[in-house]
Amino acid sequence: MHPAPSIILFTTISGLGLGLLAFLGIGMIEPTGLAAFLWFTLGYGLTLVGLASSAFHLGHPERALRAFTQWRTSWLSREAVLAAVAMLVLAPHAIGLIFFNRPLTGFGIIGGLLALQTVLATSMIYGQLRTVPRWNHWTTPTLFLISAITGGALLSGLPFLSQMLLAWLAVAMVLHWILGDSRFAASGSTLGSATGLGARGAVRQLEPPHTGTNYLLREMAYVVARRHVVPLRLIALLAACVLPSVLLWIAPFSLPAIAAAILLHILGMLTARWLFFAQAEHVVGLYYGVR
Amino acid sequence: MTALPASTPRKMGLVIDLDTCVGCHACVTACKGWNTENYGAPLSDTDAYGADPVGTFLNRVHSYEVTPAEGTPFTVHFPKSCLHCEDAPCVTVCPTGASYKRAEDGIVLVNEDHCIGCGLCAWACPYGARELDAVAGVMKKCTLCVDRIYNETLPEVDRLPACVRTCPAGARHFGDLADPGSAVSRLVAERGGMDLMPEQGTRPVNKYLPPRPRDALTATPAATPADPSTEGLGGFLGWIDRTLARF
Repeated sequence: MHPAPSIILFTTISGLGLGLLAFLGIGMIEPTGLAAFLWFTLGYGLTLVGLASSAFHLGHPERALRAFTQWRTSWLSREAVLAAVAMLVLAPHAIGLIFFNRPLTGFGIIGGLLALQTVLATSMIYGQLRTVPRWNHWTTPTLFLISAITGGALLSGLPFLSQMLLAWLAVAMVLHWILGDSRFAASGSTLGSATGLGARGAVRQLEPPHTGTNYLLREMAYVVARRHVVPLRLIALLAACVLPSVLLWIAPFSLPAIAAAILLHILGMLTARWLFFAQAEHVVGLYYGVR
Repeated sequence: MTALPASTPRKMGLVIDLDTCVGCHACVTACKGWNTENYGAPLSDTDAYGADPVGTFLNRVHSYEVTPAEGTPFTVHFPKSCLHCEDAPCVTVCPTGASYKRAEDGIVLVNEDHCIGCGLCAWACPYGARELDAVAGVMKKCTLCVDRIYNETLPEVDRLPACVRTCPAGARHFGDLADPGSAVSRLVAERGGMDLMPEQGTRPVNKYLPPRPRDALTATPAATPADPSTEGLGGFLGWIDRTLARF
């Protein structure tokens, strides 16, 4: 799949923001006054920047409000609705902490859970696609949820919880990669099943339907740089999980160390998210003799 | 609404004969022409006369080579467009309700005024039947020429999808696949019409008729030696052969 920068940024940044909002809502940290203002601004800011960047890949962003209507069937619509509701429900809790030094625990907990459900909805946009076997697996929602929670813990400045979650994130990442590698074969889709001619013999593309490229190939048959998968996986694992964990172990209460850990984590997550898209193979590629 | 109808009384669709298709791409051109001049945003081309031409098409013809375990390989021309699936995954993923399957005849359509161009429906389709138009920014797909098949201003003979009407080989058939007595349903029953990628669970309405079994050679052709021998050649030719061999 084409790793569109807007979608990579959106899923990574909004995941971080929603993770932080979940921590603030559930009460893992309870800042008050100016600290609460800064923390909630960061949480809301990241979430909103993420959502805004997702609008950049739309053909008609001015119609984006229509995406709130089909929550009964569409995970993309559910994501939009949940994100909006989560941010609204958390607002009284935020206002309480910022201006009155008092949490509104009910709003906080429900809003925090809604923030995590938004992340789940984002992951299910990809997880429910049978056409992309690598994504169509329980490791996808697991990976997205653990990523968001880990990001939330890091941004909340909770070094010990962060370290534990970073380890779980590493496990989720590696599982998604390793199990994902055999998903396409397990899906049973081949050029033989795609053309219905598999029972007659070995099928091979003789001639593509056109000499140029097309939307389908650009969007769904992204093959560039897949050969660098192993080094990229190592970079992602090191930057997103291992190095932040080491930094937090060396200096758990130093602000520069936490900031460096967060920065490394974000860079690693962007690499991992790039791989999430670039490595995913859509079955339509079969018709074009590419994976 | 992006919920799929529980069932449709009619299932209008295409039956494509892979035995007959000659790969002329006339259906591709007819489709592009009709759907650029009529319903919805035109199917745009970018850099049409330049070095990197790209365009939106609702129907494309692939060509494949099949090599059986025994016998000679053969070519199959393979037109592909929307299969108007009963369990269309492209419809349920749509966040705006722009993508829908008609309850009356099962045709899958896009309301272009509501489409935000997110592209998720194209991701959900295993067949590559949907293409986001680069100029209009909305999703384009086969409409089964909904503006032809019910169009009473057209002569009755033209009330067919443009691709079916134009096919010079008679490889494309249009009809109601819910009616077991229809010509298309009988074709599917007689010729063993098949679904593409049944493992994807989309239950396509369009069916493909497999190539008919080819004639098999009853005996191996007489061996033609690579180095023809002239040994024992008599008469005039033999004399020439022996004479030339002396040089």
